Amino acid sequence: MRLLLIACFTLLLNACAGPQLRGTGDLGLIIERASGHVTLVNTTSRQPYARIGGLGDLSHASAVYSRDGRYAFIFGRDGGLTKIDLLEARIVKRIIQSGNAIGGSISQDGRIVVAQNYKPGGIKAFDSETLELLSEVPAEFAPGQFSKVVGLADTAGNKFAYALFDGGEIRVTDFSQPRQPTTQKFPAGKQPYDGLVTPDGRYFLVGLFGEDGIAMLDLWQPEKGARKILENYGRGEEKLPVFKMPHLRGWSVAQGKAYLPAIGRHEVLIVDVATWKEVGRIPVRGQPVFVMARPDGRQIWVNFAFPDNAKVDVIDTLAGQVVHRMAPGKAILHMEFAPRGENVWLSARDDNKVLIYNTENFAKLGEIPAESPSGIFFTSRAVRTGF
Amino acid sequence: MSPSKFIFGLFFLSTATVGSAKLAIAGEPDVARQKELVHIVRQDCGSCHGMTLKGGLGPALLPENLRDKPTEGLAATIYYGRPGTPMPPWKAFLSEAEAAWIVDKLMTEFPE
Repeated sequence: MRLLLIACFTLLLNACAGPQLRGTGDLGLIIERASGHVTLVNTTSRQPYARIGGLGDLSHASAVYSRDGRYAFIFGRDGGLTKIDLLEARIVKRIIQSGNAIGGSISQDGRIVVAQNYKPGGIKAFDSETLELLSEVPAEFAPGQFSKVVGLADTAGNKFAYALFDGGEIRVTDFSQPRQPTTQKFPAGKQPYDGLVTPDGRYFLVGLFGEDGIAMLDLWQPEKGARKILENYGRGEEKLPVFKMPHLRGWSVAQGKAYLPAIGRHEVLIVDVATWKEVGRIPVRGQPVFVMARPDGRQIWVNFAFPDNAKVDVIDTLAGQVVHRMAPGKAILHMEFAPRGENVWLSARDDNKVLIYNTENFAKLGEIPAESPSGIFFTSRAVRTGF
Repeated sequence: MSPSKFIFGLFFLSTATVGSAKLAIAGEPDVARQKELVHIVRQDCGSCHGMTLKGGLGPALLPENLRDKPTEGLAATIYYGRPGTPMPPWKAFLSEAEAAWIVDKLMTEFPE
């Protein structure tokens, strides 16, 4: 009997030993948009290590990370907000927070997760520990009229900047008292489609679909109001059709310049971040969707809207031109750099795989199977403002 | 339907060639093309309207959302786009008949 007890106890101890200790700095996830799955990956081994299902409609899904990089908060199209533990490879909690969502963000102190919603239009703040609803700020821009919210970005002091697609406004909501948020409003322009905060957290830029130009707010001096930059960049020429909206984030800023997708022109616009004047434009092979700087800023990788979404152009910021043109796969939806940029992961939706390339010599390093992959999110985002 | 396509279609009809051409005139793309169109709608239209067509930056495209709208107007919106909104013209990638087929499927039950 005693022997049996000891045997049982040893078994229990072994069970308690659990997984080995490890950090999270080289982990990440791939959204599999069509099947409601995420594949968890390791950027050192360049291999998947787990797959989690049951996340609902993940078209246009995105993720943000807790400060320790252990938990991912995934915002689904269907309003689902799912908290995932990357170490235990499991869903910690999942709620449906709205009817139709477009992404979210996490506060400077990591305590508040904010979701941006199309329907009902507005933002909602949640406790990042429990996903308890703390407060909500409807995007009412005229009596009874609510706007779709775009471009939500975290800024200093637990403030969040965002824009109203239907309302043409920039808003900054302060969640320093998470249950009593306060909101400032600024006129932005016609049909803001996305926004970004510069990596230092100072400027919030909003791309406009309904007019040529970008609205900009200095978050350090909001009393000065929003102003336009890159006005009339289309020079009155007829716009080319846009078959997918570009996406903006702080990754556009490199070497003191912002590299931004033009709307209705097959160009990347370059703005000097000190003067906010246009200092150049680079022709590319389609309507840019993601214009992403490698973490060191030496290269800018550009993918494109349908029907040019099999292509990727690489700009060298020193040369100021495209130096490499590739066609890595079918429907390249997203790109993510390894934390220090030595390789880049590309999701090829219609090839059902993620492709990994060396950014220095453009050699293919490997691939990972994934069902209709879209967004790729590495934990290195956890420590960056605006991600 | 553009005049040139109409004449092209008439030519096919008058010479009574392959059945698939007749089907195209009648607005029913062949099976392989149907699959391509479904893929375009779910994946590429889906980037604004949602993969499940429940809407996003663009409006929802489910039967209950479209029920009261005239089908010809919907097909024209796909084919020519809608100025003043982000809806682009898709005429470089499909015919008017194919746009009408998409509308017909959207208004009933869109294939997976």
